[in-house]
Amino acid sequence: MSLDWTHGKVEMAHGGGGRAMTQLIDALFLPAFDNAVLSARNDQAVLPAPCQKLVVATDSHVISPLFFPGGDIGSLAVHGSLNDLALAGARPRYLTAAFILEEGFPLADLKRIAASMARAAQEAGVSIVTGDTKVVERGKADGVFITTTCVGEMLDDQSRGVTQIRPGDQILLSGTLGDHGMAVMSLREGLQFDSDLMSDTQSLHGLIEAMIVAVPDIHCMRDPTRGGVAAVLNEIASQTQLGIRLEEKAIPVNPAVQGACDLFGLDPLFVANEGKLLAFCPPEQTAYLLATMRSHPQGEQAALIGEVSADYPGQVSMRTTLGGLRRVDWLSGDPLPRIC
Amino acid sequence: MNYLDEFRDGALGQKLLHRIQQAVRPEKSYRFMEFCGGHTHALFRYGIPDLLPANVSMIHGPGCPVCVLPMARVDQAIALARLPGVILCSYGDMLRVPGARGVSLLKARAEGADVRMVYAVSDAVALAQQFPDRDVIFFAIGFETTTPPTALALQQARALGLTNFSVFCNHVLTPPAMEAILSGIPAAEPGLDGLVGPAHVSTVVGTAPYVPIAQRWHLPIVVAGFEPLDVLQALLQLIIQVNEGRAEVENQYTRAVRPNGNPKAQQVVNEVFEIRSQFEWRGLGGLADSALKIRDIFSPWDAEKRFKTTIPRGKENPACDCPDVLRGMKSPKDCKLFGAPCTPDHPMGACMVSSEGACAAHYRYRSET
Repeated sequence: MSLDWTHGKVEMAHGGGGRAMTQLIDALFLPAFDNAVLSARNDQAVLPAPCQKLVVATDSHVISPLFFPGGDIGSLAVHGSLNDLALAGARPRYLTAAFILEEGFPLADLKRIAASMARAAQEAGVSIVTGDTKVVERGKADGVFITTTCVGEMLDDQSRGVTQIRPGDQILLSGTLGDHGMAVMSLREGLQFDSDLMSDTQSLHGLIEAMIVAVPDIHCMRDPTRGGVAAVLNEIASQTQLGIRLEEKAIPVNPAVQGACDLFGLDPLFVANEGKLLAFCPPEQTAYLLATMRSHPQGEQAALIGEVSADYPGQVSMRTTLGGLRRVDWLSGDPLPRIC
Repeated sequence: MNYLDEFRDGALGQKLLHRIQQAVRPEKSYRFMEFCGGHTHALFRYGIPDLLPANVSMIHGPGCPVCVLPMARVDQAIALARLPGVILCSYGDMLRVPGARGVSLLKARAEGADVRMVYAVSDAVALAQQFPDRDVIFFAIGFETTTPPTALALQQARALGLTNFSVFCNHVLTPPAMEAILSGIPAAEPGLDGLVGPAHVSTVVGTAPYVPIAQRWHLPIVVAGFEPLDVLQALLQLIIQVNEGRAEVENQYTRAVRPNGNPKAQQVVNEVFEIRSQFEWRGLGGLADSALKIRDIFSPWDAEKRFKTTIPRGKENPACDCPDVLRGMKSPKDCKLFGAPCTPDHPMGACMVSSEGACAAHYRYRSET
């Protein structure tokens, strides 16, 4: 019997290792992800060795709601581990995908998610080469969880990372803040308001490659996902024992995001992004790097937002639009809206 | 006008700061209290205290509804949440407030209680409709701003005959708290020279209720919005009043506040609530006629009447200076617990919980530099 893609639901048997599981894989994942390695139906993927150093990144994705303006858990799962990998200065080549499905999850939604993953992978030029599917009883998961692992190769021999950051480095941000977090929050239960908020989920490796070719000497790149820019910068300040000073008026924020943040008493600095990066750059090369970023479609709104100093070790602070100085602390727990 | 950028404009802010610099008299000192947590937040968020002349100091008032709620009421909410079949709903900030032994609603949820964050009380009503076999309790807190929506929800529940919805009422009133602060300052302490009056509260109550306070204490009061330029303009107005020896109620927040407030909202509140003769405030103690309770005709929807809970009386940490901070007698940094062990991640006192609390705002935004 063929699968009912309109009204059908995920059943325990779809993860049971029997015929139903094979049917789901054959009818959904193989054609969607369509490549020779996957179609060989092995439990592993045998891949040609890359010429450079190998890089691996893995990321689990849980999100509610599963579909949101600008993306869904499928595209997010591809972009997540892919960006983590690319930020090292690497070119992504292959992805693996493991699905945990909740019994009763609509097959139509699963098909939509698989198609979205396939599209995101294709746009990024990577193949999904192996995977896994498990089904858990109803109530033991939230629809679908996806873990992806990305494998790629280093673009050059330069070592980049937090330990390379130096006092005087300037901090570049590739675009507006808070778009993903506020788009998702706008859809959450009980929070319905019409807006043109849109997640920024996207793969950044094209931009990263252009940046590295232009300025191989970039000291470090990070993506401000959960906890936003504030979390990443505090982590770096505390790890390096250097100080970070931001300039509020330089930080790009979409008016719709700022408006939604104001409504809920949130600060865009703490809101998640899924398609932005921060780069730490030697000051003499900042202008060229910024110009390179702005000439790339994923970095059109890039901005110089701050710098690193040896003063005030371990602290992140910001010169406000009024000229005052404020500390930018870690977020405590989940962002909760204020009452007044 | 988009109401975002205009009231945060750096150049206009600099102009106002310049006018404040010119207006202050060097031989005088100006001690102003901002009543609302929203103002405290704006002051710190924009680094304003460091930009003011040295002889203008800001004292952070008690106007954070989360901060002034005593531990016993938090414990009572937790006890309600733990009753079988109950879904307890409240606003975001409230969920983190520690009750006795550091247990908060968030911790109670992790231990199995069904606690849900809602953005509006109407979401709690909708939950009650969605789950007819569960008891949905709304943990209502807040000053006059959040009271009208609670009143409307109770009217709606009665109209719908919704028997599984109730409200645990903790709504409090601003003017009695202002009076309590002003009468509580010992004669030996320096008094206040002016008040930055509430923003959102005043959209409901108007400016009229502050007139007797301004007259009785000979204190200038300027009602101000929550944006940084609102606060700066209000400070300038206060400084001018002090210099001229005036003690009037002025309205800086004219784009939202009318002298008599919002009569429709006031009427709904009066239909549903009546004055509670005594209510305990964290930091201020028991204050007469300072809170609201649900009128008898709405008893079936009053969680305090519907559910009996026994709660062991929790004790505040004796080293916690929240009471003095809330009355403006101490700065957060004067507290022995501030920064360690009391932080926004592990709040010990209420002022550290909400981002509007004086301690949390101080911790979050004050650079060590």
